[in-house]
Amino acid sequence: MSEQVDLNAILDRHPRRPESLLQVLREVQEAAGGIPPGVDAEIAAALNVPLARVRGVAGFYSFLSLEPSGHYRVLFSDNITDRMLGNQELMQAMCGKLWLEPGRTSEDGLASVDFTSCTGMCDQGPAILVNGWAIPRMDGGRVDQVAELVLAQRPLAEWPRELFLVEDNVRRADVLLGHGLQPGDALRAAVARGADHQVEDAANSRSWREANVAAAQGPLATLEEIKRSNLRGRGGAGFTTGFKWEACRNAQGKGRYVVCNADEGEPGTFKDRVLLNSHADLVFEGMTVCAYVIGASQGFLYLRGEYRHLLEPLRETLARRRAVGLLGKSILGQAGFDFDIEIHLGAGAYVCGEESALIESLEGKRGIPRNRPPYPVSHGYLQQPTTVNNVETFCAAALIAVQGGDWYRAIGTAKSAGTKLLSVSGDCARPGIYEYPFGTPVRQVLEDCGAERTLAVQISGPSGICISADEFDRRIAFEDLPTAGAFMVFDNSRDMFEVARNFAQFFAHESCGFCTPCRVGTSMQKEIMDKIARGQGTKYDLDQLGQLDRVLQAASHCGLGHGACNPVLDTLKRFRPAYERRLKALTFQPAFDLDSALAEARRMTGRDDAGAHIRSES
Amino acid sequence: MSDTFTLDGDEIPFESGQTVMQAALAAGHYVPHLCYHPEFRPHGSCKVCTVKVNGRFATSCTLPAQAGLNVESNIDEVNAIRRTLVQMLFAEGNHFCPTCEKSGNCVLQALGYDLGVMTAGFRHLFPDRPVDASHPDILLDFNRCILCELCVRASCEVDGKCVFALAGRGITKHLIVNSESGRLVDTEVDLADKALSVCPVGVILVKRKGFAVPIGERRYDQSPISAQALADAPREPAAPAGRPCSSCEEGS
Repeated sequence: MSEQVDLNAILDRHPRRPESLLQVLREVQEAAGGIPPGVDAEIAAALNVPLARVRGVAGFYSFLSLEPSGHYRVLFSDNITDRMLGNQELMQAMCGKLWLEPGRTSEDGLASVDFTSCTGMCDQGPAILVNGWAIPRMDGGRVDQVAELVLAQRPLAEWPRELFLVEDNVRRADVLLGHGLQPGDALRAAVARGADHQVEDAANSRSWREANVAAAQGPLATLEEIKRSNLRGRGGAGFTTGFKWEACRNAQGKGRYVVCNADEGEPGTFKDRVLLNSHADLVFEGMTVCAYVIGASQGFLYLRGEYRHLLEPLRETLARRRAVGLLGKSILGQAGFDFDIEIHLGAGAYVCGEESALIESLEGKRGIPRNRPPYPVSHGYLQQPTTVNNVETFCAAALIAVQGGDWYRAIGTAKSAGTKLLSVSGDCARPGIYEYPFGTPVRQVLEDCGAERTLAVQISGPSGICISADEFDRRIAFEDLPTAGAFMVFDNSRDMFEVARNFAQFFAHESCGFCTPCRVGTSMQKEIMDKIARGQGTKYDLDQLGQLDRVLQAASHCGLGHGACNPVLDTLKRFRPAYERRLKALTFQPAFDLDSALAEARRMTGRDDAGAHIRSES
Repeated sequence: MSDTFTLDGDEIPFESGQTVMQAALAAGHYVPHLCYHPEFRPHGSCKVCTVKVNGRFATSCTLPAQAGLNVESNIDEVNAIRRTLVQMLFAEGNHFCPTCEKSGNCVLQALGYDLGVMTAGFRHLFPDRPVDASHPDILLDFNRCILCELCVRASCEVDGKCVFALAGRGITKHLIVNSESGRLVDTEVDLADKALSVCPVGVILVKRKGFAVPIGERRYDQSPISAQALADAPREPAAPAGRPCSSCEEGS
């Protein structure tokens, strides 16, 4: 460990409660390049948790390390889009420049270089993280530049700013990206709705405004608009937002919480990065509208660790909103409308995008999805009613608070109201963010982004669906191609087996390990894909991939396991020759016949009954 | 009048708050399970107790019982999944039954026999898992750990010590103990701890007792686990389990 860490200064920034564990560990990691020996025990004592839990949490998150990981920790994003842009060669070059082996810290403790899951820079990859800070658009020149800065031991703060410049790349804006709202517009609209809506059952609501029926009409009227809009969650599952808010509002509890899921980990997705970079006020506005509706006084934005560079700007936005009375006590002068937002940073765990795992992580624990029911709307953060929504969902909710539910419902299709942000990457001339009304065909997106000779599109990331050219008239909508936003394009020079293999590696790396099928099954899937890649596969291996899918679908604890075999099955179905040309034999034919090998034993024992025979498996 | 659901065609009565597993066992119906233990809060991680409920798969040890559910357990489709899960657990660790002190008393082994696991199924991973022999009276052989967390739960809920915890993620997830050195001898563990008696496999072993009962006379040498599990199950509705430990337990 190369630096001393002022643990007390870090502890003083957090309540000394178990819930602070992950945030404290993250800050120690950032300050010291690891959790130094002995510091884990000090943290355990200060937060009153067992030492084994500190180590358990530190070992769960990729960006935390109990072993020294070098003064400079360089992580190459390893999404398939990064690979298509040559990240593996660049990584080798970096290792050469720094005289070290991938995944191993250099002898002098100066640096380590390794891969990490998609860092959300697919429109400007290949990307790396240096001590958690994103550097996009890597090429030979940037590898040299970074290596020289590392070898010269220049502090990160002194590195050229342009290295860290992240572009928005907005290519098509619709109602959301072109909202034109000023901070406070949506809140003022929500509060004003109380004046001209008469909602009879306000007194039945169980919000903290129960005693104030007049003021309670704004929240209920706004909830009615959200329900009327048919807004559905933008994180992928598509649960109706209005019903979620209503269930949370009506749930019994000591307090309610609003959580914004900005753990945008699905490989190929980067729209939330852009929303948080350029529309943070709209995000916080939507969260505050939600707080107003459900009666929450505390909110959290769970920001993925890969977006570390957004933390300070987001905190500044929060401070500005507090200063003008859009956060804090008596927001907009409404007595009792108290709400504030805290930002929690993740530390490299895709599974924390699952809402109950995210809540566990917010509570400072290992990000393991909970058993459900009960659901977060009734038993969420600290077992209290909690509304968890995607970044984009909150933005849409803010828009609806201003424009109303009917206006929003008129956009898109009957079952998919509104617009959707797509994160377009891969083989196309203009990667970036495209906002479309729901119902837009895939073909339209491909034309707009300048994709040619397209072989396949991976919709909604590895957990989503891979479609081939004859399906490009299908539409982006919950009723056809539901998506959390990823749109990765592959042209006919690409090998779809390698695409699926990359995704299989991703799931094996990101499985939380709680349940048997996902923990073991994702590793088995990766092993089989690697075996086929080495030219050692047989048809038996393809059958076993199918068997793994059945077990993971049936028995996994959460969506990560349910969807972990999708990329392999989708590509097997559509691009089977990409697999078969690698197989050693199409049918499994062992050179060794077990039953005939027993013939001598049968002769010797004089047996010939069923138990003296072995039937071959295939 | 108490509510009922059906399990493989039989009516199972249940009381409010019971899970499908608890009600089934109380009614004398066996559903294969591994990480479930009647004395502790259901965990739902091994998934061996997976059943089909109204046509969809569910984890019976954590699924709240509801009137009218149609639960299918002893059917080929479900048993095939259970067999694969047991194969996965064998493939993940280092299990060598012929030399294991727990052979004959091992729940994993007994389930393997009972479910008809005849082949390895998967290429075994052969992980490197050093043993912890630091304690004078207790051996920890992590090679056999199936990550059921029964010892974690027992140590927290019953012993109030939280000696055991989990670290790592995914296939590297592993059991650790709560001491600065990371060795068992430096923890608060005691021979009388509940945590020492709940390991379903051969991880937690009291030294010098390994072969006190000869192989051939052990528990699952007598009769299959499906016949014995019911003897363990409380026929009364389960009493509230021990104190939950929000610090240590996963997915609760």
